[in-house]
Amino acid sequence: MEQQTPQPITESKIVGVPTPRIDGPLKTTGTAMYSSDHHFPGLVYAWPVTATIASGTISGIDSSSAEKMPGVLAIYTHKNIGPLYRTPPSAGFSMILDERRPPLEDEIVRYYGQYVAVAIAHTVEQARAAAEAVKVTYNKTPHDTSDKLLDTPTIAGKLKEVTKRGDTAAALAGAAYKHDAVYSTPTETHNPIELHASVAVYKDGKFTLYETSQAVVNHRDVMAAMLGVPPENVQVITRFLGSGFGGKLWPWPHALLAAASARNLNRPVKLVVGRSMMFQSVGHRPAIDQRVQLAADKSGKLLAIQHDYVNHTSMLDDYDEGCAESTGFMYSCPNVLATSGLVRRNVGTPTSMRGPGAVPGLYALESAMDELATKLNIDPVQLRLLNEPEKDESTGQPFSSRHLKECLTVGAEKFGWAKRNPAVGSMKDAEGRTLGWGVAACTWIATRTDAEVNVELRQDGAARVACGTQDIGTGTYTAVAQMVAHETGLPLQRIDVVIGDSGLPPGPISGGSWATASVVPAALQAAQQARKQLLSLSTKTDGCPFKDKSVDELEFVDGVVRIKGQSSGGVPFAEILKTANVRSVSGTGKSTGLFGDPNQKFSFHSFGAQFAEVTWQPEIARLHVSRVVTVIDAGRMINPRAARNQIEGAVVMGVGMAMLEATEYDHRSGGPINASLADYIVAVNADCPNIDVTFLDYPDFNLNPLGARGVGEIGLAGIAAAITNAVHHATGIRVRNLPVRIEDLLVAPGNKTS
Amino acid sequence: MHPFDLISVDSIQDAVKAQSSSPTAQQGASVRYIAGGTNLIDYMKLNVETPAKLVDINGLNLTAIEPAANGGLKIGALARNTDVAYHDTVKTQFPVLSLAILSGASTQLRNMATTAGNLLQKTRCVYYRDTAYGCNKRQPGTGCSAIGGHNRIMAILGTSDKCIASNPSDQNVALAALDATIHVTGAKGEHTIPIAQFYLLPGNTPERETVLEPGDLVTHITIPALPSGAKSYYLKLRDRTSYEFALASAAVVIKQSGGRIDFVRVAMGGVGTVPWRSHEAEKALQGKVATPANFRTAAEAALHGARPQSQNGFKVELAKRCLTHALAEVTRQA
Repeated sequence: MEQQTPQPITESKIVGVPTPRIDGPLKTTGTAMYSSDHHFPGLVYAWPVTATIASGTISGIDSSSAEKMPGVLAIYTHKNIGPLYRTPPSAGFSMILDERRPPLEDEIVRYYGQYVAVAIAHTVEQARAAAEAVKVTYNKTPHDTSDKLLDTPTIAGKLKEVTKRGDTAAALAGAAYKHDAVYSTPTETHNPIELHASVAVYKDGKFTLYETSQAVVNHRDVMAAMLGVPPENVQVITRFLGSGFGGKLWPWPHALLAAASARNLNRPVKLVVGRSMMFQSVGHRPAIDQRVQLAADKSGKLLAIQHDYVNHTSMLDDYDEGCAESTGFMYSCPNVLATSGLVRRNVGTPTSMRGPGAVPGLYALESAMDELATKLNIDPVQLRLLNEPEKDESTGQPFSSRHLKECLTVGAEKFGWAKRNPAVGSMKDAEGRTLGWGVAACTWIATRTDAEVNVELRQDGAARVACGTQDIGTGTYTAVAQMVAHETGLPLQRIDVVIGDSGLPPGPISGGSWATASVVPAALQAAQQARKQLLSLSTKTDGCPFKDKSVDELEFVDGVVRIKGQSSGGVPFAEILKTANVRSVSGTGKSTGLFGDPNQKFSFHSFGAQFAEVTWQPEIARLHVSRVVTVIDAGRMINPRAARNQIEGAVVMGVGMAMLEATEYDHRSGGPINASLADYIVAVNADCPNIDVTFLDYPDFNLNPLGARGVGEIGLAGIAAAITNAVHHATGIRVRNLPVRIEDLLVAPGNKTS
Repeated sequence: MHPFDLISVDSIQDAVKAQSSSPTAQQGASVRYIAGGTNLIDYMKLNVETPAKLVDINGLNLTAIEPAANGGLKIGALARNTDVAYHDTVKTQFPVLSLAILSGASTQLRNMATTAGNLLQKTRCVYYRDTAYGCNKRQPGTGCSAIGGHNRIMAILGTSDKCIASNPSDQNVALAALDATIHVTGAKGEHTIPIAQFYLLPGNTPERETVLEPGDLVTHITIPALPSGAKSYYLKLRDRTSYEFALASAAVVIKQSGGRIDFVRVAMGGVGTVPWRSHEAEKALQGKVATPANFRTAAEAALHGARPQSQNGFKVELAKRCLTHALAEVTRQA
């Protein structure tokens, strides 16, 4: 199908209008079917057995007593799980998974919590009891879960160049003003409230898999390859997701356990991953060390940036966090070098977590910028404004749409930044608490990927729009409905959105903040094609007033076909379809993505500025994030209501990242030890600051005709640095090892009470 | 979770009889009373507690909160935490108890949790809860994994080389400062236990947390009246602002007369293996003027014997600041 030249759409009655979620009532009434809600006659339950060593081999599995327990159907181990294959190399957005080893492939254990067996029984309680009764013995070998990463041996043996220009070493050596520090972020665990789950139905050689997936099409491809069946024998369904934060982008071993068990037993199997297992075998943001060196002249002009990062990965898979993704284009600087390194640890395979790369990367870079500003005695907002680039200096491309300066100035105005006294601990609130004010800039990828959408106009007066994407919980159902409403003039309640099924036309992953931007061109095109078919039908249908007119004389406005420009004499499209006895007309839109295209004309990125205020009571070492102002330049918001919700949620997650969250390994066992929601602390309502979200309204028509980019991730980028910069302003303590903890602040100078 | 029987009782005697068949009232009891279930059910799911029988005591008439002799207060064992925290007498006469209860858990948990259940709340030590690790409290003789492990939230007072688990309750810290009495009906009839004698230091037997014997049922607690003019306060410091256990907390009761402290009780939470009454701090304050320096001196005295672990050395200073600040707050009210 031909690629349409994007025509900017500047006016719309529905795009850009704050719109309640069309799936909201389903969720609030509990009728939305999440993956683990699916149930089938004869369904049985799976409960995995997890390794209690971090490295070694299984020397024996005694399942004899477990097999005799009530309700138990099978105990599967590496000896009897049956065929499971590895995937061929990934291409594009197909065949992607982070833990590539099929579960129970052999007797080797490489991380604590790795699946070593699975029990299947009639009830979940019976399955769990049986799993706990399986006795596994091991030959242990030494393991390594150390979180010291920088200057430890990397897989490649040296750091890999990510971006390079100029002569960074020389510039660093000669500069008058320098900063050099290491920033560490811990392992973080995605903790969506919806647990990972698989309900696998196997019948006549075909699998229907109800999965918690942010990418049903890839999930289908991977499962088919690993189960050893053709892709058409696998259907993956994810109607609703209780979020994922990236943790549900790619298939994890539990999905294979469920599917293989369903195959072996020839009956439906449900496997819900326990909360403690969520800390082990479904990915995490890896622990990362980042060394950032900056050099500047006296005026604050950057002369050099060097950004070296090392993240941990698992023993078999090479997960690169990509912390230097934005280092090359964030600021104007003649000499830039960024490098990456991976180190092996006995941990589950890491994966994308909301804003992978940029979120930890900008924590380091934006902390370093703040430290440099302090050294230069320049206001940190000014330092960023001073170093604004005119183009993407890493590629030479012009930015498609970059308004970081305006984000900073608008944010500063809204926050009241002009009143900031830079002296540490100098500002107080009305109750005498010390205030700290910090700022950070942020950025996130903007792109779109391949997408195919089908739109049908039906005799019942409704439109059906179908796409093999899914709604992670951000409002994709609503955004897609808005696009079709815009193009057809139909009200939202007459648009059925069908997504979350790998059998639908292939759609984008719910990741990278690009699902919305990717769907736009295909959805509009599909609606246009459906309209063309409708108009054509109108000219060929006996009894239709437009019979024998030319298609060019007609238009389709607000669900009505009429002679162009004539407000009377129109016929609702449902009437035309009834007259013709045609159930529906339809159109398919197909758009090619820009992701990874070497011939792009523009550098596509979203930008933003984060301003944070903390209150600090040194006498009791109590720190609270009281206020956040965030200004986001991410193109046009298709649904500003859902978009605001994304940024607010990200800010709260940022409070967690800055002050609370860390997965702690017991280095003696190698296991995550705070693997529960009681011990892995995420922000609660009482930790939430007042959040002021502003969207700059600069549609990016180079990306798609609606000018939409995406907002799922950018809200989390920069927020941790804004908070730690504020902490420094309040306390004089520079915490370079997240999260900021009470013990870090107790040593604040001048805070001794006696 | 292991299979278990659930029985309901409608008399104290039946309850006592049912639990008396367990060889212990402590860790590993084969029969357990269940009321709110907010703590026990968690541990049963984790296989940390595996009772064969649960005795549902919710039908017993033990929910009353009513005046006791000489201006004191009697709180039924089954009075829900929420009801205690918002009771008029508690709020006006014993605000330390109201503040302490409301600083703990969440609204939903406080609506279910009972006074006696909270009194017997288990530690939050991660190793106690994870059966893959050794724990002398859960399984005597298997070693203390918290020593040398993840011990940031563990105790620094009252520890032994067998156990460093901290008592997580907020309510119990307030009750320690209020010098509550625990009323128990057991196989041999009714008896009372001062809270100061109710909890056991871990020593060599960390599996024994209280003096309760098989059959013992806490029926109510009593709190003696405070001297006229006494003020009380509870301060809790923690990682997040709500729904989180204390890293350090302080319950303080003080009366001043003629510019001097003539009545004082101090208890601390988050730092002790039991709710930590500090006679040392009280002694340091008795008869003294309420000044920041005297408060700090008392805090130094309270933490004098602290034995930090590898990750929780900060608690010594944090607890001192907590107590100092709590004393400043309570005397500011006076």
